[in-house]
Amino acid sequence: MIYYLLCMLLFVIGLYGVLVKRNLIKIIIGLVLMEYATFLFLALVGYKKGGTAPIITKGFEKAVFVDPLPQALVLTAIVIGLATTALVVSIAVRIYQRYGTFDVKEIRRLKE
Amino acid sequence: MRGMTLIVKTITRLIVGLIFLYGIYIVFHGHLTPGGGFAGGIIIAGAFILLVLAEGSEELSTEVKKWRASLFESLGIFIFWLLAILGLFTGSVFFLNLLPKGKEYHLFSAGIIPLCNIGIGLEVAAAIFAIFITFAVLKLGGKE
Amino acid sequence: MMNIIPLFIALPLGAAFLLPILGYRNFDKQKTGQAKRAVVISIRRRRAKRAVILGKRSKKVPDILVNLITLTLLVLSLMVINRELMVYKMGGWEAFKGIPIGIYLVLDGLSVLMLLIINVVGFLATLYSVNYMEKYTDKTRYYTLFLLLIAGMNGVVLSGDMFNLFVFLEVAAIASYALVAFGTEAEELEAAFKYQVMGTVASGFILLGIALLYGASGTLNMADIARVISQQGIKGMVLFAGVLFITGFGLKAAIMPFHAWLPDAHPSAPAPISAMLSGVLIKAIGVYALVRIIFNVLGLGETKSILYILMALGTVSMVAGALLALGQRDFKRLLAYSSISQIGYIIFAFGLGTPLGFLGGLFHLLNHASFKSLLFLNSGAVVYATENRDLEKMGGLLERMPVTGATSTIASMSISGIPPLSGFWSKLIIIIAAIQAGHFILASVAVLVSIITLAYYLKVQRLAFFGKLGQAWKKTKEVPGLMCTSMIILSLLCVGLGVLLLPGIKNMILDPAVEVLKNGAQYANLILGE
Repeated sequence: MIYYLLCMLLFVIGLYGVLVKRNLIKIIIGLVLMEYATFLFLALVGYKKGGTAPIITKGFEKAVFVDPLPQALVLTAIVIGLATTALVVSIAVRIYQRYGTFDVKEIRRLKE
Repeated sequence: MRGMTLIVKTITRLIVGLIFLYGIYIVFHGHLTPGGGFAGGIIIAGAFILLVLAEGSEELSTEVKKWRASLFESLGIFIFWLLAILGLFTGSVFFLNLLPKGKEYHLFSAGIIPLCNIGIGLEVAAAIFAIFITFAVLKLGGKE
Repeated sequence: MMNIIPLFIALPLGAAFLLPILGYRNFDKQKTGQAKRAVVISIRRRRAKRAVILGKRSKKVPDILVNLITLTLLVLSLMVINRELMVYKMGGWEAFKGIPIGIYLVLDGLSVLMLLIINVVGFLATLYSVNYMEKYTDKTRYYTLFLLLIAGMNGVVLSGDMFNLFVFLEVAAIASYALVAFGTEAEELEAAFKYQVMGTVASGFILLGIALLYGASGTLNMADIARVISQQGIKGMVLFAGVLFITGFGLKAAIMPFHAWLPDAHPSAPAPISAMLSGVLIKAIGVYALVRIIFNVLGLGETKSILYILMALGTVSMVAGALLALGQRDFKRLLAYSSISQIGYIIFAFGLGTPLGFLGGLFHLLNHASFKSLLFLNSGAVVYATENRDLEKMGGLLERMPVTGATSTIASMSISGIPPLSGFWSKLIIIIAAIQAGHFILASVAVLVSIITLAYYLKVQRLAFFGKLGQAWKKTKEVPGLMCTSMIILSLLCVGLGVLLLPGIKNMILDPAVEVLKNGAQYANLILGE
């Protein structure tokens, strides 16, 4: 139970980074932190007491395995997160080329 | 971007082949050991990225490499898509595991899963390398 | 017949990755001579020879291929109307002792309605973008991203499994982030960054909700989760997951507290993409996913608190979107705020919880897709002809651009709710449903917002199309033929969609969709029984 609360704490720290920080790169780091907290939470949901890694090798066919389904989900989600991060970082680099700054308060050409 | 010192260049030329081979091993044994397409593809891309970092990007003609990386990326996913569609052509469901599933723990078993891993490994390696090349040749300046 | 279902996802996905392989010769347009030699010496020697023979005609191949694919999808989606429930088990993994273990693709009445919307607007947008995208560079990459967008949306609508829904949601969302930034001007990049950060936060919330749901029920299949929750009752964790889903999908659907990305992102995209985003994407991955999860999976159709939340959010969106749209000078930004207002109507109708409310919400969803896409395509035509988006500077364009002006007038009258165009019927049903449920004040608020909608659309028409022809616009021509064709087809849909309420046709398209939502968690028994 304590581990789930720690994952939520990491999620909230990431959310704080996205909401409060003014540098574009720090916002991106907050975003990545939020995503990885979710992945940790999802992988921890599948834990069973005394379980081992869910891979059948010779001589280990009958052990207690942890749930492999969340691990497969987390693998897929990590790759999705990688693609998202690559796209947002390239947009941030192009913004720096156009505006000359990484500060969110200066990047405000679209008015109300 | 400038290259690195002579020591790094020498060691890189010795090691790059081994890293590449290790990545291929992880891709091929994806149905037996942890890893599979994603992790193996990133290791393969790591071999190429190490080469570019050590030699410096001024000496490479990165235009040609970007084009080829995009081509291989599309090819990798296209192979995966063909394997998935193959099930539809033989009359039954999408993504069916068609090829014979051999004995357990052998390399040639589990139907189309090793081939799918190869497609994914090719795609991920090319994609990560293309992303790296795009960032490596971008010159960060001020306002344009 | 069952084998059609995976084609909705497989066809655009395959074509999206075939296009860069076919178009690889375009990659070396401005490259050095070394690259050109590499092309000739490469393995594709045959294709190089054939390309020399074809010459200039090979430039049209992406256009023709993409239009063929979207036309095929349109025909397929017309073929699946009014069939019974179809469940497609991917990979042939049958259920084991009554527990589903594979990934299911489910085609029921609601999915058929959404498929129709996505594929019709998709086909008309690709028809439009054949001419429009000549003004941008790299049309092949644009088509790849566009096909990925359509594949992702089709996947969201057909998916019967929670994580499959999430993966296709991300595919569609990432394609849309890249498409909003397509022109790479300074303002488009800023809008795309804002959109992407908020969209990724929303996806984080959705994934957290899925993780909680997996922890509470032990399975990812939507029907199985519904069965487990209806057996165990609605506990605190399920309500918390429901609130997380409202936050996440509400941000994707641009409901009021989470709307801040939409007025920046939708005007910055190229016009056919704005039509797809505002007409289809916020409904397919926002409203559809929200409604499917709350009513069918979590079974919260009877919980008063969740319904009140939906009604409150819908009302706030309606009013604030309309009031903010009154003060806009930019044509496309005004249309974006109007989208927020109309989505407020749809969420309000779903929040009522009665079958008439569901009918009104779904019908308004269908109508809004047709007239908002048409309005965005019109604004794109105006920008293509005059390079200007500011309403104060336009004037009297009707005599120089008759097709654009006429279709724009039809769309504006339909969205304001003037009889007998289609918008009038859907708004009438929503207001009657609100009165029947006893919310008289909210029904009068809805009527008031409809009058405000009429006001700002009249302003747009007066400033842009009627009035005296400005000096600078005396030489503008009408837009090319394919763009006119798609606009005319959409305007015919705007006029004619009222016919869907006639008794014979109503039970082909709209009634099955309402049935699915009315069933609530009984959806699980229908699917698991297959």
